[in-house]
Amino acid sequence: MERIPILQMGRFLLVTIQVDMHDRLAMALQDDLTNRINQVSARGVLIDISALEIVDSFIGRVLANIAKMAQVLDAETVVVGMQPAVAITLVELGLSLTGIRTALNIEKGMLLLQSALQDDLKADERSPVLPEEHAGVYGEM
Amino acid sequence: MGSKIPAILDQYGSELLSEWLQEILATNNRRGLIKEAELREECREFIHLFREAVHQNSLSDIHSAPWNEVRGLLSNISRIRSQKGFTPSETASFVFSFKQPLFSRLRRELAQDGEALVEDVWTATTLLDKLGLFTTEVYQKTREEVILRQQEELLELSTPVVKLWEGVLALPIIGTLDSARTQVVMESLLQKIVETGSDIAIIDITGVPTVDTLTAQHLLKTITAARLMGAECIISGIRPQIAQTIVYLGVDLAGVTTKSSLADAFKLALQRTGMKIIRTQA
Repeated sequence: MERIPILQMGRFLLVTIQVDMHDRLAMALQDDLTNRINQVSARGVLIDISALEIVDSFIGRVLANIAKMAQVLDAETVVVGMQPAVAITLVELGLSLTGIRTALNIEKGMLLLQSALQDDLKADERSPVLPEEHAGVYGEM
Repeated sequence: MGSKIPAILDQYGSELLSEWLQEILATNNRRGLIKEAELREECREFIHLFREAVHQNSLSDIHSAPWNEVRGLLSNISRIRSQKGFTPSETASFVFSFKQPLFSRLRRELAQDGEALVEDVWTATTLLDKLGLFTTEVYQKTREEVILRQQEELLELSTPVVKLWEGVLALPIIGTLDSARTQVVMESLLQKIVETGSDIAIIDITGVPTVDTLTAQHLLKTITAARLMGAECIISGIRPQIAQTIVYLGVDLAGVTTKSSLADAFKLALQRTGMKIIRTQA
């Protein structure tokens, strides 16, 4: 079964959706991404949906949920590159993704993530937290 | 008993034409709008086609096939007149005025036979009434087409998205926002955001006369959609009256940046994009 790749860049995870989303794929992405955030204790997630032309209510909801889940797992989430048609559809569906950051493109999204996590990352450098601890804490959730 | 109308048209075609023209010219007080030669040509054509249709033996239904050409001619005349600025009644009286010469002919021909006269006058009057009403219908349809076209043009004209600065867009809205317009506004704004990669869009509502709950909701939807794409919206140009209305209606504008004038909004936009305007000379 095809899967959407999740790339790691330092403490950030990068998800680019380049294919038409269907229901199974969306659910698989939800599983993969949450697991992956947990594994690598990612601090930021960047979801690029610039190639996504069509969303239905289900995909819209899953996208919103994925973003919220990442937030719950303490990873700043930025959704980037949403197409106008997709934005209009989501608004009409009542999914306004409140509390989730958005940006026009990957570059701006990355800057946003970096500035949001600047303080955190600096702190991390000074006193690195062992990944095992994160895994343990999140595993119970 | 056959109608006498076809025979009369055959026999007195040219007399009918001149009498009819006189009739029109006598009652017509808008001589400047149409030339006499043009009018004569129209009348001649009408009598000709009318005769042909009558000969095909259908004196009641003007929507049947034999009347196709008459209808074609009348819609043409009616369309031209509506464009030239004739009123609907003036357009319809082109057909109605044909009654006078036709009836007087009928009376002369059927002077002995009262019953046949009444019969023929009745047939002719219903027929011409229908044709007259048909011209009015076409006239109105032409007008409606004009209105529709203007509406569409207005829709296109009234939603320009302008680029104020690198990364700053402005959308000055003028006129009432209804659902159809909001859709266009929203789409053009979002499209422009993608094209220019702008972070900030200023929606200026100085030209919006009234704001009701629906308008406010449309605005909020646009702002949310822009935010989903990663652009921030600032609303400017809220007049005191509108501010009062918004609060009384209970519209929640929390989370939306508002500025009183476009200038203020622009200043804020520049600030957010890390720029500022300075005076070069003291």
